[in-house]
Amino acid sequence: MIKKIHRRAVVIGGGPAGLAAAIAIHDKGVEDVMILEREPRLGGILNQCIHDGFGLTRFGEALSGPEYAGRFIDLVNEKHIEYLTDCMVIGLTPEKVITAATREGLLEISADAVILSMGCRERPRGAMSIPGDRPSGVFTAGVAQAYINKQDLMIGKRAVILGSGDIGMIMARRLTLEGARVEAVFEILPYPSGLPRNIEQCLNDFGIPLYLSHTVTRINGRKRLESVTVSEVGPDMKPIPGTEKIWPCDTLILSVGLIPENELSLQAGVELDPVTRGPVTDENCQTSVPGIFACGNVLQVHDLVDFVSLEAESLAGPVKEYLDGGLPDCRIPVEAGNGVRYTVPRRISGGKDVTLSFRPSSPMREVCYEAFQDGRVVSRLRLKKAVPAVMVHMDIKASELRGEGPVKVVARIEE
Amino acid sequence: MKERYDVIIIGAGVIGSAAARELSRYKLDIAVLEKMPDVCCGTSARNSGVLHAGFNNRPGTKMAKYCVEGNAGFDRLAEELDIPYKRTGKLVVGFNDDDRKALEKLKAQGEANGVPGLEMVDKAFIKEKLPFVEGEFAMWSASTAILNPFIYTVALAENAQKNGAEFFFDTEVTSIVDDGNMYTVNSGERSFLAPYLINCAGLGADRISRMLGIDEYTIYPCKGEYYVLDKRAGEMLTIPAYPVPNPKAGGLGIHITPSLEGNVFIGPSNEYIDDPDDYAAEKDVMDMLLSDGGRIFPHIRRDHFIRNFTGIRPKLVSKEQGGFHDFVIERRAEAPRAVNLMGIESPGLTSAVPIAKEAVRLLQEVLPMEPDPTFDPYRKGIVTFRDKTPEEQAALIEQDPDYGEIVCRCETVTKAEVLQAIRNPLGVHTMTGVKYRCRTMMGRCQGGYCQMRVAALLMEETGMKPEEVRYNKTGAYVFTGKVRQI
Repeated sequence: MIKKIHRRAVVIGGGPAGLAAAIAIHDKGVEDVMILEREPRLGGILNQCIHDGFGLTRFGEALSGPEYAGRFIDLVNEKHIEYLTDCMVIGLTPEKVITAATREGLLEISADAVILSMGCRERPRGAMSIPGDRPSGVFTAGVAQAYINKQDLMIGKRAVILGSGDIGMIMARRLTLEGARVEAVFEILPYPSGLPRNIEQCLNDFGIPLYLSHTVTRINGRKRLESVTVSEVGPDMKPIPGTEKIWPCDTLILSVGLIPENELSLQAGVELDPVTRGPVTDENCQTSVPGIFACGNVLQVHDLVDFVSLEAESLAGPVKEYLDGGLPDCRIPVEAGNGVRYTVPRRISGGKDVTLSFRPSSPMREVCYEAFQDGRVVSRLRLKKAVPAVMVHMDIKASELRGEGPVKVVARIEE
Repeated sequence: MKERYDVIIIGAGVIGSAAARELSRYKLDIAVLEKMPDVCCGTSARNSGVLHAGFNNRPGTKMAKYCVEGNAGFDRLAEELDIPYKRTGKLVVGFNDDDRKALEKLKAQGEANGVPGLEMVDKAFIKEKLPFVEGEFAMWSASTAILNPFIYTVALAENAQKNGAEFFFDTEVTSIVDDGNMYTVNSGERSFLAPYLINCAGLGADRISRMLGIDEYTIYPCKGEYYVLDKRAGEMLTIPAYPVPNPKAGGLGIHITPSLEGNVFIGPSNEYIDDPDDYAAEKDVMDMLLSDGGRIFPHIRRDHFIRNFTGIRPKLVSKEQGGFHDFVIERRAEAPRAVNLMGIESPGLTSAVPIAKEAVRLLQEVLPMEPDPTFDPYRKGIVTFRDKTPEEQAALIEQDPDYGEIVCRCETVTKAEVLQAIRNPLGVHTMTGVKYRCRTMMGRCQGGYCQMRVAALLMEETGMKPEEVRYNKTGAYVFTGKVRQI
C-alpha cells in the first residue's frame, strides 16, 4: 500500500541547503514543512568533510563540515521540524506530487511547495573520455573522501590528482596526512579551479606541486593503476605532442567538476540552464514550474557552504508568499554578457532589490562588472581580482530599473 | 569439489555456461573452470548486446545456421531463464547506390539463411522508427533483438549450477595432461580430473588447444572499442542502427545500439592487437567512433558520455586475411575426447545455445549420456524495483524492507537487489560482479553515489577484508586496508 500524505512545503535533500531552507521556512510561520533525506542522517555531503574552514563567513569561526551541519541540525530538532532519513525521492511531478522510497514503505506526498536541494554529483572518468586502461585505483575526489572519512578505508599509497577543484586539493592534504604520497596536482586550465586558500593550505603547506596547463592523457595499468601519462596542453587545451611524462602512482583522484543533481527536476519538467546545469530561476529561487523552488548546489555549484545557507534562507520569504497567494511575475530577463559565464537568477521582477550570483569566464584583474538595462548602467561592481573559482555577488537596486527590458551583466577591464 | 568429473569445461563465458547447461540435462558430473573471478568477464560481456537475425553470414556456414537457430530459440530460452531482452528490430541504413546494392545482397543472403522478416524500406520508414537517425533507405530486420549479455550468461550458468554443474573461479588452466583415458587439468597446485573436456576458452582457446595437442590454430585478438551514452541519448535511439557492413572489415561497422536499459553504445572499432588482455581505449579510435557514429546518429553530445569499454574478438583470421572465419566446433583425432571450440566471435552470443548443443552432440559420439529426469530448465532472476508500478513497488517493500532502501540513485537499484546479486549461488566477490547483476555503478554518476555502499555490503556479506575487495580481477584491488588500525 502506498501511504499518501500532504505537506505545505517539502524540502528534498537534508544537506546544508535543505536544512537552512527548512529552518527559514519554518521561521516564516510555515510549520508544516518536511525534509526528505536519502542518507541515514541529516547533513548531506558535509558529513564527510571533516576538515575545517566552514562557517568563517556565517559564524565567524572555522568549523568542520559535521560541526557546521550540526548547528543547523540542532535548530531542526529544537524547532521540531519534521524530517525523514533513509528516504530516497524517486519521483516528482509538475503537480508537486513526490514519490519516495523508505524501508517502511512507498510514500506519496502532495506538496503545495517543493524546495529542491539535492546538491550535486561529481564528473566521472567516463565523462572526460580519458584514454588508456581501465584499472582499479581511479576515484573521484568525493568518493575517495567518503571511503577514507566515513568508512575508514584507505584507497592507495601513491596518488596523482587531476583537477584543481577544491575537493581534489582537500583530498591531496587528506591522503598526505594518512601516510600516502601525493605526487602532484594537474590542472588543464592555465589557472586553478579551486579557492586560493586551498592552494595555500592543502598544497603549498605540504609541498605538493600544482601543474597548470597539464592533463592526464592516458591511464596505465591492467589491474591496479600503475601510472598516468601527463601532457602539457596548449592554449587550445589540446595536449602538446612530445610533452608526455609518465608519473608512477597507484591512485588517481579526479576533481574535474561538479554537476548539479537535477534528475528529479527534469522529471517535474523544470527548465535547466545549459551553463550551470541547474534550474533556471527567478529572484525568488522559483523554477520554471510554479511552486518548485531550488537552492544550493542543485541550483549552481557554490564554493563556500556559507553562501549555500544564505541562498537557501533567501527563498523562505518567497515560499511563504507563494503559499499565501502567489508571487509577482518576474518579467525582466537577466543575461550574461562578455566575461560572465552565467547569472543566477535569470529573471527578476523589478519590484525588489536583488543580488545576482555569477562566475567570471576567466581570471581578471582590475575588473568592473556592469549591469545594463536599455543602455543604462543600473549597477556597477569593481574588483581588484576576479577568478572563476570565486563566485561574484552583485546587488541590483529595484529603484534603478525601468520597465521590463533585459538586464545584461558584462565585465570591463579598467585601464 | 569431487575426486573426478565426467566433463571439464574450460571457460565460463556465454559458450562455456551454455555448454554447462546443455550437459547438465544429462546424468554427468561437470566442472567449469574459469580464470576470472566470475562468469562473463571477457568477450561475452563486452559487445553490442544484440541478438542477431543471421543475415550477415554466408549461407552454409555454422555462423549463419546457429545464429538463425539461436535467434529463433531465444523466446523459449528467455522464458525458461528469465533473461531480459526485447525484439526491437534493426535498421541497416544506406545512403548511395552501392549501399543499396549491398543491402539487397544482404537481404538475399539473409533469406537464403532462413531469416524471417527482412524488407527494404524507405526514408519515411526510417524516420518513423528512428527520427534521429540518418539514412536514405534501409534494410529492416524484424527479428533482431537487444539483450543483456551479463544476465544472459549468468542465467545460463546459474541454471547449470542448479542442475549440478560446479563452477570454479580464479582457476586458470596452466597445463593439461592426457593419459589416454583421463585428462588431468592443472591450475597451479590444483588438479581436476575428467575423461572428457570442452574448450570454451574464447581468447585463450588457442592456448588450451595447444595443451590438447592441436597446434594449428592461432587466435587473433581484435579489439572493439565503444562509447556508452547517458540514457538521455537513449530516448532518441530505441532500435539498433547499423551502417552497411564492409565484408572485408571483419566487423559490422560502427553502429549505434540501444542497451536494454536505455543507454546507447557507439562502436565497435576493429583493431587487431597482439595482447589478448589489452582493453585500453585509444584516443584516435575514440575520436573515430564519434565521427563515424555521427554519420548515422548526428546527436552525439559530449555531456552524454558516461563511459568507454572495450571487447576483444577471438578471430581466426588475421588482419591481412580480413573478414570472418567460420566457427570451429570439432572433435579431432589428436584429442578424441575433447571438443574444441575456436573463433567464437560475433554472432557467438546469439549462437551460444546451438553451439553448445553441437558440442554436446559431438561428445555424445564418444560419451553415452543418460538424460537426468530431475533437470529443471527454469531459473528466476533478481526482481528489479525500477521497472515496477508504484503499487508493485509498495508491495515489494512490504514483502522485504530492503526494497525500500535505494543504493544506486541513477539506476534506482535497491539494497534487496544488491543483496540478491551478492548472495547469488555462483558467488560474487568483485565490484563488477554486483554491477553486472543489478546495474549498480552503471548509471550516469558511474558509482559516485553507490559504490561505497556496494563495497560495504560486499564486505559485510562475504566477510572479505578491505584489501580483498577486487574491482573486477585479481590484482585489481580497491583498498589498501583500513585508514587507521583501531
